[in-house]
Amino acid sequence: MTATESTLRAAAERSGPGLRRKLGAVALLVLLLAAALLASLLLGARSVGLDSVLAALADFDPMDGGQVVVQSRLARTAGAVVVGAALGLAGAGLQGLTRNPLADTGILGLNAGSSLAVVVVAALLGAASLPLLMAAAFLGAALVMALVYLVASVGREGATPIKLALGGAALAVGIGSITNTILMISKSTFDEFRRWQIGSLSAGSMETYLLAVPVIAAGALLVLSTARACNAVAMGEDTALALGFNLKRSRLLGSIGVVLLAGTATAVAGPIAFVGLMIPHAVRLLVGGDYRWIMPASLLAGPVLLLLADTAGRLVLPPSEIQVGVMCAMLGGPIFIIMMRSGMKSVKL
Amino acid sequence: MSAIERSTQQEPIRHKGAAARRASRVRTAALWMVLVLLATAAAYIFWGRDRLPAIEVLQVLGGESVPGTGFILMEDRLPRLVVGALAGAGLGLSGALFQRWLGNPLASPDVIGVGFGASAAAIAAMIVFGVNDWKLNAFALAGGLAVAAVIYWLSASGQRTGSRLILAGLAIGAVLQALIQFLLTQAEVNTASDAMRWLTGSLSASTWERAAVLGVGLGAVGVLALPVVLSQLKLLELGEDAAAALGLHVGRARMLLVFAAVALGAIPIAVTGPLAFVAFLAGPITAALSRGAIHVPLAGLTGATLVVVANFFAANLFAQINLPVGVITGAFGAPFLIWVLVRANSTGNGG
Repeated sequence: MTATESTLRAAAERSGPGLRRKLGAVALLVLLLAAALLASLLLGARSVGLDSVLAALADFDPMDGGQVVVQSRLARTAGAVVVGAALGLAGAGLQGLTRNPLADTGILGLNAGSSLAVVVVAALLGAASLPLLMAAAFLGAALVMALVYLVASVGREGATPIKLALGGAALAVGIGSITNTILMISKSTFDEFRRWQIGSLSAGSMETYLLAVPVIAAGALLVLSTARACNAVAMGEDTALALGFNLKRSRLLGSIGVVLLAGTATAVAGPIAFVGLMIPHAVRLLVGGDYRWIMPASLLAGPVLLLLADTAGRLVLPPSEIQVGVMCAMLGGPIFIIMMRSGMKSVKL
Repeated sequence: MSAIERSTQQEPIRHKGAAARRASRVRTAALWMVLVLLATAAAYIFWGRDRLPAIEVLQVLGGESVPGTGFILMEDRLPRLVVGALAGAGLGLSGALFQRWLGNPLASPDVIGVGFGASAAAIAAMIVFGVNDWKLNAFALAGGLAVAAVIYWLSASGQRTGSRLILAGLAIGAVLQALIQFLLTQAEVNTASDAMRWLTGSLSASTWERAAVLGVGLGAVGVLALPVVLSQLKLLELGEDAAAALGLHVGRARMLLVFAAVALGAIPIAVTGPLAFVAFLAGPITAALSRGAIHVPLAGLTGATLVVVANFFAANLFAQINLPVGVITGAFGAPFLIWVLVRANSTGNGG
């Protein structure tokens, strides 16, 4: 073991809770995930019993109404898991790499970039295949990411968290107005994307979500590989460089991972903001500031949030439902404000 | 006499020279703005969506009645120009007031959520209550003021309100955007696409009646409140303690400023929808032109010019697809936005 590694490990362990508490937190997250999965299958405009769920999973009977309901909820449940994991981890990666507590795929405008690219491709080609849309979403998010870095790299003091957040919000307004225009010109695209554009899990099929899994896995591996670099960045950029980290390389790999995660999630479920903001902060309360724990825990916590938000959206206004993107914003906005008012005093804005 | 004393004595003189130079730059910029505004407006009268015969246009302007051309001119182009110029002026003034007060070029009402508040209230009125006349203005104003109040209340706990206020506005803006999107999905497709059109900002529903509503509303705020607000703003910018020491009732001054800034932005939003980036860009453009701080009255003029020019482009570049003017301001505004970001970053303000 090198001196670098022992320094880092010591720093990480000094600050955070002990190993037993961390393992306990992970176990808690697993339990929560199981409960949320069950809730997502059971509850909705028409709630079903546990026996229907088990029967539908074990031996599906298309004549049984309850089992059909469960079957129809399987796809969106899978979607919530895939998208939630992607957005949660993307947020953790962004916050770690940019050392910015306000970083989120929605706030920095990555989701807006993906949406624009998806809508452009769909409007130009009519019915486009999902891999094509995912590629477009990746490019859109990558472009915004590059812009964010460009803006951040100019100037003496670099990009403060609030500057990046405001810049991202402003970029999102601009990109959004172009997206709206395209939707307005093409009425068929508008109908097709009206729901998607808000962030919704109800439209996608099981195949859609399964197709996203390998891409998201690749992005997740890239982001996870930067965990140690993120820990080093948390101690200050100079320290990280002095410890021998190749920050440029880590940032590049991490950014590609984040863009893969955010772009794919947006391609399958539409832009969903605030998940990437809330999850890493919530997880930090449980496992402390070590990114080697924050990142995997975010992979578990993201799906919990999205499953609960999607289920709640089905229960609030039956038989109509509130899209998961709306639910996340309604929840995320106030939490953002609470964070700002209480916990953020330590953070330099 | 020591060096320090000498330098303090010279200070006012140098300052005066700089102020005079800046005032002359502002005058020059204002002159150019008026010229561009008038030239574009004149060009638009002749070359709108379709070209009108020059002779007929001149006849109509001379007071004769020419069927066809007269109608297009009097019921479509002129009201559009008036509504566009007034809306742009209101948005520009509103944006510049916010930017000056918060000391941040990024803190325009369309970024910090006040614009979304006005939009959400108007959309709700449109879709839920079926309102489609001057009452929309009241809803938009109420929505904008409500959001401003909430943001203000949320951020008032700290000593420095600036950056907290902006962040609170950002979060509320995101929530309201989600609400708007949700309302749009609840509506019939046709209403939704109308609402969407309005959301982008469009002059296509301009009538003399709306121009009058806009003119009266903005005129009242502009004449009654704006001069007071501008003089108080100068004091507020010295810092609230200093302003209080100079005899300003800080709380009341701030309240009036927020009211005026929100009203100037929300009244146009009710008529044309949130024309993307006009409020955001007008202020920084004046700062660049006058090489100093954002100039509020000049920003109003700049806003008007931006909208009239964008309207000209919308009519002439993309005549077939009938783009709303907000699309032009949005698309052409985006590069400028990046410029503002980079500029704010390299001068070190912006958060």
